[in-house]
Amino acid sequence: MKLLEHQGKELFAEYGISIPFSSVVYSKDDALKASAKFKFPVVLKSQLTVGGRGKAGAIVKCKNSSELILAFEDLVKKEVKGELPRGILIEEVIDKKSEIYLSFYLNRSKRCYSLIVSAEGGVDIESVTNKIILDIALGGLLPEQAEEAAAKLGLLTSKAFVELTMKLSSLVREKEVELAEINPVAMLSDGSLVALDSKIIIDDNAMFRHPELRKYEHVSEIEKQAGESGFSLVELSGDIAIIGNGAGLVMSTVDMVTDGGGKAGCFLDFGGGATTQTIYDALKVISKIQHIRAILVNLFGGIVRTNLVAQAILDAYRNNLVNVPVFARITGAESEKAQAMLVGSKANLYDTVEEAIDRVVREVS
Amino acid sequence: MEYDLFEQLIGKKEDADYERKPIIIQGITGSFGSTHSKLMKEYGTNVAAGVTPGKGGQTFDGVPVFNNMDEAVTATGATVSGMFVPAPFFLNAAKEALDSGIKLLVAVPEHVPVIDSIKAMEYARSKGARMIGPNTPGVIVPQVMKVGIMPARPFTQGSTVVFSRSGTLMYEVSYELTKAGYGQRLCFGIGGDPINGTNLIEAFEMISDRADVSSVVVVGEIGGDAEETLADYLIQINFKKPVVAYIAGRSAPKEKRMGHAGAIVYGNYGSAESKFRKFAEAGIPVAKRPAEVPTLLGTRLNSNKD
Repeated sequence: MKLLEHQGKELFAEYGISIPFSSVVYSKDDALKASAKFKFPVVLKSQLTVGGRGKAGAIVKCKNSSELILAFEDLVKKEVKGELPRGILIEEVIDKKSEIYLSFYLNRSKRCYSLIVSAEGGVDIESVTNKIILDIALGGLLPEQAEEAAAKLGLLTSKAFVELTMKLSSLVREKEVELAEINPVAMLSDGSLVALDSKIIIDDNAMFRHPELRKYEHVSEIEKQAGESGFSLVELSGDIAIIGNGAGLVMSTVDMVTDGGGKAGCFLDFGGGATTQTIYDALKVISKIQHIRAILVNLFGGIVRTNLVAQAILDAYRNNLVNVPVFARITGAESEKAQAMLVGSKANLYDTVEEAIDRVVREVS
Repeated sequence: MEYDLFEQLIGKKEDADYERKPIIIQGITGSFGSTHSKLMKEYGTNVAAGVTPGKGGQTFDGVPVFNNMDEAVTATGATVSGMFVPAPFFLNAAKEALDSGIKLLVAVPEHVPVIDSIKAMEYARSKGARMIGPNTPGVIVPQVMKVGIMPARPFTQGSTVVFSRSGTLMYEVSYELTKAGYGQRLCFGIGGDPINGTNLIEAFEMISDRADVSSVVVVGEIGGDAEETLADYLIQINFKKPVVAYIAGRSAPKEKRMGHAGAIVYGNYGSAESKFRKFAEAGIPVAKRPAEVPTLLGTRLNSNKD
């Protein structure tokens, strides 16, 4: 789960990490009311999960309240990478001396957490060559490690840095975070440090231990329905719904559809134990996505009985759940029976996924 | 540290129970564990015991059920455990198994928190044991035994090894290999999570010197840098046997988790392009689709003969 900037900052505040004075607003009235609490200039920031806000013009500096209202009205309807903001953050402008970069992330190849710090804050860390990476043992970051990082950064006073880093380390451990990034951290003239941004990703699989983080969850109606059925769903922009059993298989199918000139409209992995009900529920989820014009089913059955899948497709047609054509490749037990069942419906079975893709792409083009 | 995976799974030729090594199923009475215990037995796996707390003394499909791992290990002498416990109980179950002397954990559950995976892996390491997974379909020595949830049909005995981060793609690719006449010595699910108890390099170390392995197929996917580090490793050890790869997810959008917890791209970290580039450096051909894997493998095997 990726938190919005203001949610991340709320966690920072809980852990005693300094953040600028700010207020999240959702309406023009709220914005107007909130503006009275600020000393101008202020900065308005769209609350989005996608990156690249700055470049997209979704961060705007305002000198007075009339500018603030204009900017608010512009930002609330401004999509960035297809995403509308969930609130606009109004924030005081911090008078900073310099900026640094600080993050903790799950280092997958080393199978531990690592700390990254750099004196070059406010830029994309991937493009920064001058950075310090320290691996952290299971017990957590040691103050000596933070001091070592401060020394390497050339910080004159390391105290504030060590404190900030230790606080962020506690947050990472206690909230089971996969990534916690502060980019940038502002250093003020008195040496104190303020988190100007936040990027926090919580381990979804650890959410059962963190009921206190539930309030940050934000799922669309369709994602919610998919989640309840135990499916993985990613909505995409094309018109071909792609469903199958297994994340890798569905990813691979999306790739092949793209190669074939088609555009995937969603990725839906219904997992291992496919039954008539599972497939029916998957079709139900897909029926809620407006832009779907055809459905491609790629099911590598082994344990799955394919006639159960065919039955689900027939049921979905009969109940008018779907009316777009279904192109299916199903290998597995009793696939001949499944073939026979679908004769006369809008569903077609193919022996190879290549053939099914060829047909589905032709259908929608 | 030398770790002999085959010794764990099938034993040594001189062993009385060669190819019939006992294994324990943790969570044998759950719906998932029970279905697959039956299928494993049918396939030839010696499922010698099951563990479900509170159900000790019962039998399941002829397999004795114990309350804890200590009792099950004492009764069977097993060193391998197939784990089918729910994710929230995974870490404790893993520790219990390792404390009772288990040397190989096949961790099937999905949705294990990453910190629990790291703890279980480190604990296994401290005990000279290994963990495969979590979120793995398991391991199969075709036509001999399997520990996991894979169907039987795609696999046939031979000399190719398949390592896969995805379950169904492991089946799909193995099935393509089988149809093309390339049987498998071992098919091994690395797991779809960000943290793998046995990563691709460690998995390679387990088979790189084996005479009964002629070639390796790596089924990767977007997310992380396991494929990149593997490519560097293969260059470094100058691995001579043919290696062919397939990578899923090259058309997936960035910062979206594609079903697997581990299948997510941040910036360039974890991108398919980065993996293609590294495999190209290591001279490993990458198939465009699963069905192309046997063709590429055939080409590599033929050129190796010259």
